[in-house]
Amino acid sequence: MDWLEEVKKMVKLKELPKEELLLPGNATCAGCGLSVALRLAYKALGPRTVLVIPACCASVIHSPFPNTSFASPCLNIAFEAAAAAASGVVAAYEKRGVKNVTVLAWAGDGGTADIGIQALSGAVERGTNFIYVCYDNESYMNTGIQRSGSTPYGAWTTTTPTGKRQHKKNVPLIMAAHNMPYVATACISHPLDLISKLRKAKEVEGSKYIQILVPCPPGWRFPTEKTIELGRLAVQTGMWALFEIEHGEFRLNGPSARLVDKSKRKPIEQYLKEQGRFRNMTNDDIEVLQEWVDKSWEHYKRLM
Amino acid sequence: MAQMIIDTGNHIAGYACRAARADVIAAYPITPQSPVVEQIADFVEKGEMDAKYIRVESEHSAMAACIGAAAAGARTFTATSAHGLALMHEMLHWASAARLPIVMSVVNRAMGPGWNIWADFSDSLSQRDTGWIQFYCADNQEIFDTIIQSYRLCEDKQVMMPAMVCHEGLILSHTSMPVDIPNQKDVDSFLPPYNPPWILDVNEPVTHGSLIYPEWYMEFRYFMYEAMEKARKLIPKIDKEYGEKFGREYGGHLERYRCEDADLVLLSMGTIGSEAKIAVDRLRNRGLKVGAARVRVFRPFPKEQIQNLAESARMLGVIDRQVSYGMEGPLFTEVKASLYHREDAPLMTGFIAGLGGRDVTFLDIETITDKALKYLKTGRVEKEIEWIGLKR
Repeated sequence: MDWLEEVKKMVKLKELPKEELLLPGNATCAGCGLSVALRLAYKALGPRTVLVIPACCASVIHSPFPNTSFASPCLNIAFEAAAAAASGVVAAYEKRGVKNVTVLAWAGDGGTADIGIQALSGAVERGTNFIYVCYDNESYMNTGIQRSGSTPYGAWTTTTPTGKRQHKKNVPLIMAAHNMPYVATACISHPLDLISKLRKAKEVEGSKYIQILVPCPPGWRFPTEKTIELGRLAVQTGMWALFEIEHGEFRLNGPSARLVDKSKRKPIEQYLKEQGRFRNMTNDDIEVLQEWVDKSWEHYKRLM
Repeated sequence: MAQMIIDTGNHIAGYACRAARADVIAAYPITPQSPVVEQIADFVEKGEMDAKYIRVESEHSAMAACIGAAAAGARTFTATSAHGLALMHEMLHWASAARLPIVMSVVNRAMGPGWNIWADFSDSLSQRDTGWIQFYCADNQEIFDTIIQSYRLCEDKQVMMPAMVCHEGLILSHTSMPVDIPNQKDVDSFLPPYNPPWILDVNEPVTHGSLIYPEWYMEFRYFMYEAMEKARKLIPKIDKEYGEKFGREYGGHLERYRCEDADLVLLSMGTIGSEAKIAVDRLRNRGLKVGAARVRVFRPFPKEQIQNLAESARMLGVIDRQVSYGMEGPLFTEVKASLYHREDAPLMTGFIAGLGGRDVTFLDIETITDKALKYLKTGRVEKEIEWIGLKR
């Protein structure tokens, strides 16, 4: 589809509901990308949404007992168990005849790429009718910035003090290998794309997986006012690609659709230099990471 | 119509799950539990049971799915053994602290290594402190009856705690016995539909299981403690009511056999309790005043009932099908603890027997009795812990 056509189909900002389902006064850090993602996702899905949240930043920002910052029901569950618990919620609603409710598992990248991948794979293989969102801040942020399978090469974390030596795991493509009906990536810097994808996922029957890049000021080491800017740079440099895989059909979306040609992509240095976590990368390291980014795009090209 | 069928303990657990009208079953296979979940799959696929069956990819996910389903208002069931139960451990805590009345069939099996698929209580007794009510059955009929009783107990608003109903792998799991399957209408009148006080409902949004600071955490744990004490009181009542309706009851927490005038009472759990009855009859023929008591509920532990036994008995012999390394058999520990404050406490001695599925026959129990009676005669327990039938 032509990019302009796609834009026309997209949700308009003014169409968004005014109602806030992520209530203010919650416990997010200043400049938190996750809270932007959750607020938008809630607007896309509406109040008939049941959240299933494993241990992650979201289990903190919904605030301690007896308060909650979520205006719809939420089930907290153990770290590796979001997708499995969501399967149970879905089954109970199916058995009890509860209709028009979206079950949304909302997990961080550690709870998805690492400890929760088995339960996620199982739930998707069973065709569970739910949306699984991984909000990807590229580390175990809630426990204090430890490396995850989703941390990019070269990034400082508290468990990779000299920089991670392995590349980021591509979970969206792992999920696509499950032949699930809908897989997508999004970024909070592109809210209409993000909302459109959640709305689309809501309409699709079966398992849906969306991974949202959420820049994290304390974890990535950048000033709190730059969260959206960092998201935009991640997309423009190709460090993060916006795409969707609908019934096996791969498609780059939004600005990413114009970045297949390497010359259109900004060099990754522009993204890296804005963040303290990449400060100790050598030129060789940057080259290694740039090569990985370019290879990823070659792979996307083959999928198109 | 009520019917008498002949089937294995595992299949009977499946029949009980059907009779209880479980809404959601989430399970993963493991030897020797597998026929439980196969039986349920058969019922569901043949349309004999109106339930959602989630074939999860692990026991951890089985319990997580049961938690999600129970939180969303479904009556849930699962089954497992040994390593599967151990893998569930984290979620066992979660289920009880979330106050979800999940009922689980545990087919007791030894923990590896070396791999061993035979009977041993090391799997369920290792889960002692997870906040689950624990029942131990001695025959297939009791498996059926206890599963029905468990739902009634767990779903009581005063309790709202999960229960595991245990039976020994291969000894009961794969042995066929005649079992009376009651009329569904009668089961329904004993066990009304699940009506949870709190569920995930978009019309009344609440958050389950949120972050809790030290200023409140303890109060919620006290509620669990209280719930177990309420379960303690309800267990004999529910058993009695079940007996009135179906003609079978099990003595509440503790099944007593010829204990009234017994000098020595042999305490055990599960099928060793059945075998002990045979031994008691034989020993009585020899003129020995011996009785047997089978602990049917390990949590909440029947302290009072043990104390009552100690009123008349001069000696207690405790047989454990598990050992707590660095201490003794867990049942022995609990029995001793129950009698700590009594000045006239009987002599007590503990035996470890039948680990990893080794047979414990009435002859073994007679050996145990002879040792215990010797101690009683001298008034001194020479050896507090003894392993029975050990090759040296």
